[in-house]
Amino acid sequence: MATAEVRHELFGHAEQKNYLNHSKGALSWLLTLDHKRIGIMYLIGVSAALIVAGIFALLLRTHLFYGDSSFLALKWLFGEASQFNSNKVYNQMFTLHGAIMVFSFIIPSVPAALGNMVLPMMLGAKDVAFPRMNLASFYLWVFGTGFLIVALMRGGLDTGWTFYTPYSIETDTGVVYATLGAFILGFSSIFTGINFLVTVNTMRAPGMGWFKMPLFLWALYSTAIIQVLATPVLGITLLLLIAERMLGIGIFDPRYGGDPVLFQHFFWFYSHPAVYIMILPAMGVISELISVHAQKRLFGYSFIAFSSVAIALLGFLVWGHHMFTSGQSVVVTLIFSAITFSVAIPSAVKVFNWLATLYKGSIALNTPMCYALSFIFLFGIGGLTGLFLATLSTDIHLHDTYFVVAHFHFVMVGGTLTAFLGGMFHWWPKFFGRMYNDFLGRVGCFLVFAGFNLTFFPQFVMGARGMPRRYASYDPEFQIFHQWSTIGAFVLGIGIVLSFVVLLHAVWYGRKVAGNPWGAASLEWQSSSPPSFHNFDHKPILHDPYDFDSMVYDKGLDTYVLREFMDPNQVPERVPVTH
Amino acid sequence: MAVADTTHHHDHHHDHGEFIAHHFDNAEQQFDSGKLGIWIFLVTEVLFFSGLFVAYTLWRYHHPEIFQQAHVFLDKVLGGINTVVLLFSSLTMALAVRAAQMSNNRGTAFYTLVTMVCAAVFLGVKAIEYSHKWDQGILVRSLWAYTTDHHTAHGALAKQLGISDWLVTLSIIPAILLAVFIAASVIAMLMAKPIWSKFYAGLAITVGGYFLGALGGHIYMLNYEARAAAEAGHAQVAPLVLHADDKVATDHPTAAAHGVDHHHAGEHHDSHHPDPKSLDRDVGIFFSIYYCMTGLHAIHILGGIGFLSWIFFRSLKGHWRSDYFGPVEYVGLYWHLVDLIWIYLFPMLYLID
Repeated sequence: MATAEVRHELFGHAEQKNYLNHSKGALSWLLTLDHKRIGIMYLIGVSAALIVAGIFALLLRTHLFYGDSSFLALKWLFGEASQFNSNKVYNQMFTLHGAIMVFSFIIPSVPAALGNMVLPMMLGAKDVAFPRMNLASFYLWVFGTGFLIVALMRGGLDTGWTFYTPYSIETDTGVVYATLGAFILGFSSIFTGINFLVTVNTMRAPGMGWFKMPLFLWALYSTAIIQVLATPVLGITLLLLIAERMLGIGIFDPRYGGDPVLFQHFFWFYSHPAVYIMILPAMGVISELISVHAQKRLFGYSFIAFSSVAIALLGFLVWGHHMFTSGQSVVVTLIFSAITFSVAIPSAVKVFNWLATLYKGSIALNTPMCYALSFIFLFGIGGLTGLFLATLSTDIHLHDTYFVVAHFHFVMVGGTLTAFLGGMFHWWPKFFGRMYNDFLGRVGCFLVFAGFNLTFFPQFVMGARGMPRRYASYDPEFQIFHQWSTIGAFVLGIGIVLSFVVLLHAVWYGRKVAGNPWGAASLEWQSSSPPSFHNFDHKPILHDPYDFDSMVYDKGLDTYVLREFMDPNQVPERVPVTH
Repeated sequence: MAVADTTHHHDHHHDHGEFIAHHFDNAEQQFDSGKLGIWIFLVTEVLFFSGLFVAYTLWRYHHPEIFQQAHVFLDKVLGGINTVVLLFSSLTMALAVRAAQMSNNRGTAFYTLVTMVCAAVFLGVKAIEYSHKWDQGILVRSLWAYTTDHHTAHGALAKQLGISDWLVTLSIIPAILLAVFIAASVIAMLMAKPIWSKFYAGLAITVGGYFLGALGGHIYMLNYEARAAAEAGHAQVAPLVLHADDKVATDHPTAAAHGVDHHHAGEHHDSHHPDPKSLDRDVGIFFSIYYCMTGLHAIHILGGIGFLSWIFFRSLKGHWRSDYFGPVEYVGLYWHLVDLIWIYLFPMLYLID
């Protein structure tokens, strides 16, 4: 049995020597090759993008409080002399909200921020396979996002985040800057994907077979497959759009014999798999949250693992469901519709497995678990409403209405953002060695949940009643729905801000915690909190990542330690840490 | 694993003899990781080009007449020369990898340099092709301005030397680079830094390859023009007649309706210079696709020259050993893909009939 010193070194709170204070100074962060630091820099970056695009959303929703508003003429900001046309600003606002959220926040959020921090440690490795490429990924993210911001200032962008032709060829806004930004962000995504694929393939701890990995890694691996296969197609599509705008090559422009619908095919060939890039890692996080905070082995491990791969592959075959009304043939439409139905199945498999995991588990209703439960409910609704859109007959009616907007916000915000927040609350004590105020964390979760529902549920109703999307004004019959939606948006915003405040406060003022406050069994918890620079001062001992009996509570350290290292004078027990 | 030292980058892990990066357990893991990584990257490259292949397929399927009409503007001989040059460069690249595997750093340096020169020759020939087309107004669809007024290359230099001004424009940067590299090589030699001197000399030789290719292409085009003029039955080219409404007149107002025509006595047209009027309205789309595909490919050749120069430098430093040669192999794989893409482009664009 190990001594108290060894237990402390392996599982304690590492005040003195950890990756955060390993080296000091701005350059040691900006030029770091440490995946944990890179993950944190990503976290800061994507959070900033979330805030910026979130503010745009609040401005949009404020504008939409009244059906004939001219709020976005921005006279309240710039005075009576403001030259802005409210409707034009509206177009720019929803475009940039979408573009920044999709390309700069949602796609990198779980893989690049959480994934970078967690993946190597879950594998028992010291870093990813290509640390320099990892840093390059981050800087590509910075430059790409920078270009999007430049587009804001160089004429803005009013094409919708989807850049549909022929409007995107003709509009005199900053399309080229924005597409260049998205192109660069695409490379950031590709490099992360390559890194994760290779790391999982070649750097698993000896003895960790594919089916001994935590499911978060399966999710990240499947995501990486999509990143690598789909993003280059977006790259060439955007380059062709730039060439069409600047040189008139005639591929999308009907004036020169081009086909504008071809752009949609190319664009959605990437962008549909992209939404699985957004959701798969989030589902991986939920797998971890549910099992750890119910202290129960995940039900149906293989099913969840294979369903991730199935979603990744099937996701490439359904892009046409974004184009049912574009004039494509009925045969093709039917095929896309059928395959879209089938891609819902693996997602449903996961939901049932999570529920089965919860059944008879020892559920701790702490902040991460609240987010996980929130996810199951919200993603469930989001996924099911996707079926209405997958069905051709209803989609004809619902296409380009608020029903679609509500659907994708349920899966992206109710799904990915919820899992992202839950994942942060789950791994925060590991990476900062501090516990946050759990009560306030749960308040934040509740505000997010309530605010989100208030914002987007009315949108299903008004969409089904015919309210079109991307419209700056609307008929009085929709007013009440818009007003609830706007109020909800502010509640949601407060919830998100509160969550960030709770987490940030904990970094400096939170109660110090040791290596494994949750009693989790995957390898990243076999380290001090915060982890040392090299991740593991001693080689981690391989266990089944869902064998929660392998961890026992140590009173001395107030944390869970490996059974092999436990204090022989203590009775092994499983005591939930203060919640 | 290591925090990046601000003083060195990828070379930092070479206490001489130890090339394993700190986060890897052993050399085999490092090599396998690099191999897998480059293969995945190559897959992304294939998908990147796939959009263009799809565009080609769609347009060729729906508008075969455009392809029939347009491909005559492409010279099979020049394309063929480029194909042979790239294939040869793949051979030298493979030889470079072999040399590295046998710890033969001099051999690696030599073969890598030859590969770089071949790549530059390719670009030189491409410069001739592109500038010649731009002279004739053969541009992308919206800028299509094809005219048979092609014997008059634009600009003063052109008249004197028969060199297109476009070619001069394309060659400015290579010329500057040539001068800079030669100077740098000499300076490095004077500063007693032989490796850097050799490195810059190698870069200078590479740029020389561009001029070699351009020269060869230019000589070919001169001979070709002469042959074409002889074919078309003119001892020298007659000036074109411009009507008042600025339309270019031909001797026979309705040129052959069937697109590509062979020699018509008295006309300036030949198999490579069809009558503009006989062409489909959207024939420029072929060239949109042509310029996008070959342009993107040329960008990858340029990038490849960059990677190769990095390998060249490390060869001069003697980095390669039989138990550490991964980067040479990875760049080799990239180079083979670039060659393979050209092997597809050549028949697809140049060998249509």
